[in-house]
Amino acid sequence: MRDVAIIGVSQTKFGELWDISFRDMIVEAGMGSLKDANIEGKDLEAMYVGNMSAGLFVQQEHISSLIADHTGLVPIPCARVEAACASGGLALRNGIIAVASGYHDFVIAAGVEKMTDVVDPTPAIATASDQEWEAQQGVTFPSLYAMIAQRHMYEYGTTREQLAMFSVVNHKNGAKNPLAQFPFEVTVEQVLKSSTVADPLTLLDCSPISDGAAAIVLCPADMAKKYTDTPVYVKASTQASGTIALHDRKNLTTIDATVNAARNAYDMAGVGPKDIDAVEVHDCFSINGILAIEDLGFVEKGKGGVAVEEGMTELDGDLPVNPSGGLKSRGHPLGATGIAQAVEMVWQLRGEAGKRQIAGTEIGMTHNIGGTGGTAAVHILSV
Amino acid sequence: MKDTVRGWRHIPQRYNLIGSKCLECGKVFFPKRIICPECRRKGQLEDIKLRGEGKIYTYSIINTPTDEFKTIAPYVVAIVELDDGAKITTQIVDCNPEDVKIGDEVEMVFRKIREEGDDGVISYGFKFRIKK
Repeated sequence: MRDVAIIGVSQTKFGELWDISFRDMIVEAGMGSLKDANIEGKDLEAMYVGNMSAGLFVQQEHISSLIADHTGLVPIPCARVEAACASGGLALRNGIIAVASGYHDFVIAAGVEKMTDVVDPTPAIATASDQEWEAQQGVTFPSLYAMIAQRHMYEYGTTREQLAMFSVVNHKNGAKNPLAQFPFEVTVEQVLKSSTVADPLTLLDCSPISDGAAAIVLCPADMAKKYTDTPVYVKASTQASGTIALHDRKNLTTIDATVNAARNAYDMAGVGPKDIDAVEVHDCFSINGILAIEDLGFVEKGKGGVAVEEGMTELDGDLPVNPSGGLKSRGHPLGATGIAQAVEMVWQLRGEAGKRQIAGTEIGMTHNIGGTGGTAAVHILSV
Repeated sequence: MKDTVRGWRHIPQRYNLIGSKCLECGKVFFPKRIICPECRRKGQLEDIKLRGEGKIYTYSIINTPTDEFKTIAPYVVAIVELDDGAKITTQIVDCNPEDVKIGDEVEMVFRKIREEGDDGVISYGFKFRIKK
């Protein structure tokens, strides 16, 4: 296997992008990443695009052809990769595998989702769960995470305020990110007083409905310096599966897919949790951010809420979590999220993260979840 | 979606809680499975009728449902740990949502689940209620 480097990244603004279409977003992100990498489209050999549900959100399948066509890159092969909200993480992993294997030299890994063209995106989002035995019972996607939160509060005494704090810290960071959907701060009181979506989770515990795209250019590590002075190296790229339905987990307060993907990632990179300088975790709901810092090994199981409350995860804390603002504040265009997380980590590692820059970041991690933990993808990147 | 066929296919499971039991390891599954994930090809699954009694393992009160369930909101959903072994996702009915708590003993009831639009079929199946 060859070592792989990231030589170009780009992300569109995330938000309700009424005036930009699905295809416009992915073209913007893709072209941005090529420009950043100092390569031409004709140098590319393959594209992998993470997308959860263009079919349900914009009634468009076969987006591989659409994207190759509208980026002007026909006949370069393009493949869509889908694992619900982990689609982006999987696209990145597939791109990395393609380069590491020696099959391709220059590859784009991208992600895109257009969620605001439908009146009610809830049924489409619910397809990330078990459609027949969860969604058809009347369960919504937020209510699945609400049930995890309820159980975490019951088993470990995690408080409503601690959950809210996760959103507060995210927004504090996101306020410094010009590409964030909600670049402003919120208070614990605002989170607690926002409308209840699925008890105990309120609106401000939940990541938003977003449009957006992001893209990354990969190449063999030994070629990277020809194109950039600041390559970022892929130290680990792992993925693990879990059960599709939440009720089939032995334990609701641990996402086994995260634990398994993280263990393999640490092994692959030859590092441990203490070596990680910053992490982008999959906080589709506040509770999932708390599960993530536990399951990735940064704090003991059950202590995630306390760690957040005590400031561990803030930009100047022991382990800065979600410098971008996370899914909550940056936004969560499902298929784009896994790529956007890695884009943020590349900016952090290059020292290009502006007001939210974490000084001296040398090793960063990204953590992307599909559904309620049916899929997890973990990446470790370094300078 | 053609719920007519999809619903009909699942009638035994949805009306009578027919799950699977592995004769090798004794584990119970709902919904039914073809392969026991523990025993793989050594496993042998057979149908089992679950008794439909258990305890609330966790729950949530949904205030923001999909269109299909709008008329019943707010309503309680839960994961119930069945006495027979498997865990199951279900609604909890005939209760004041605020009164539901983890550990409550519940039993299955047969109820209308959803309608496929104004002219579509009505799906029936299991919900659970707190034991008196």
